[in-house]
Amino acid sequence: MRLKAIYIFSMFLLLGLIFVLANSPKFSGYEIVEKTKLQNQQGNEDFNKMMDVLTHQRCMNCHPSDHIPKQGDESHPHYFGMTRGEDDHGFEATTCNTCHQSENNMSSGVPGAPHWALAPASMAWEGLTRTEIAKRLLDKSMNGNRSHEDLIKHMTEDDLVLWAWEPGVDAEGEQRTLPPVSKEDFKIAVENWFANGAVIPSK
Amino acid sequence: MKISITVNGVVKALEIADENTPLLWVIRDTLNLKGTKFGCGKAACGACTLHVDGEAVRSCSYPVKFAEGKEVTTIEGLGDRENPHPVQQAWIDEIVPQCGYCQPGFMMATAALLNKVPTPTDEDIDKNIINVCRCGTYYRMRKAIHKAAELQADKVMNESKTL
Repeated sequence: MRLKAIYIFSMFLLLGLIFVLANSPKFSGYEIVEKTKLQNQQGNEDFNKMMDVLTHQRCMNCHPSDHIPKQGDESHPHYFGMTRGEDDHGFEATTCNTCHQSENNMSSGVPGAPHWALAPASMAWEGLTRTEIAKRLLDKSMNGNRSHEDLIKHMTEDDLVLWAWEPGVDAEGEQRTLPPVSKEDFKIAVENWFANGAVIPSK
Repeated sequence: MKISITVNGVVKALEIADENTPLLWVIRDTLNLKGTKFGCGKAACGACTLHVDGEAVRSCSYPVKFAEGKEVTTIEGLGDRENPHPVQQAWIDEIVPQCGYCQPGFMMATAALLNKVPTPTDEDIDKNIINVCRCGTYYRMRKAIHKAAELQADKVMNESKTL
């Protein structure tokens, strides 16, 4: 009889222990919570790396909000009164290609890359926050109807985008500053950010 | 490298030591066409402007390799004394030049403009003719550009009558 009572008491104790552990917030979903946190942290890191580049003057100078291309690290308005024009390539007889060719000119200091032009007006980023830029980037009505796959390809393979890491020298022969993230790390950050759902941080 | 360029309607086969040599120096030094001028060397002043396949280009910042197989027009090919281009005639009529050094570039830029915008407004001129003239002949050039547009329109009309 005493042995039976000990057995029943032990069973209740065991069941109680299982019940408490199963409902413990530290135990239930422990793995999932930590994984999500890690993913968010990684996602934010990828987002921030990507945005460190997109907001750098090498990129931002050609994404103006006032239709005027910018030049230099201080982003002054493009000399000679150049503006967007009808097709993002300047004016009728004085276009981007009057001076800019498909590669940098090391003797004159004129930068160049294939299809040199301003980003379309719908992709104006100047003055926007990082989250606003990201929303615009993902908005198909503004990004040229680009899917995530299209955007990854554009951001990691397009010659004009990648020119940012090979900007050549300026008119004084000085090397132009590079984005704060290496090309390789930028590509990885872009690919990871999209792979993780292209989540735009709330802050 | 060997390169073939059509300059003012004549095919030129050239041997170029450095493919990145500015087209300006090939035009001036190799082909001895001295009308196109060196100004700033930074694609800023426009003294070196000529046409490549009809488009105005700053030849001081245009590697000759990009001209392969293309048609280049210099101020010498725009017209001559007997048959001046409407832009050249307008420049004479309005007595535009002072020192004259930058004028070939301005005339080439203007000819390119008239091909795209046959009757340019002052705004069109301000946007497209951004060369630099240290003598400050801008006022006379503006008059000459409007005059050139009239001469070119007359020329087109006369040519259409003879067809």
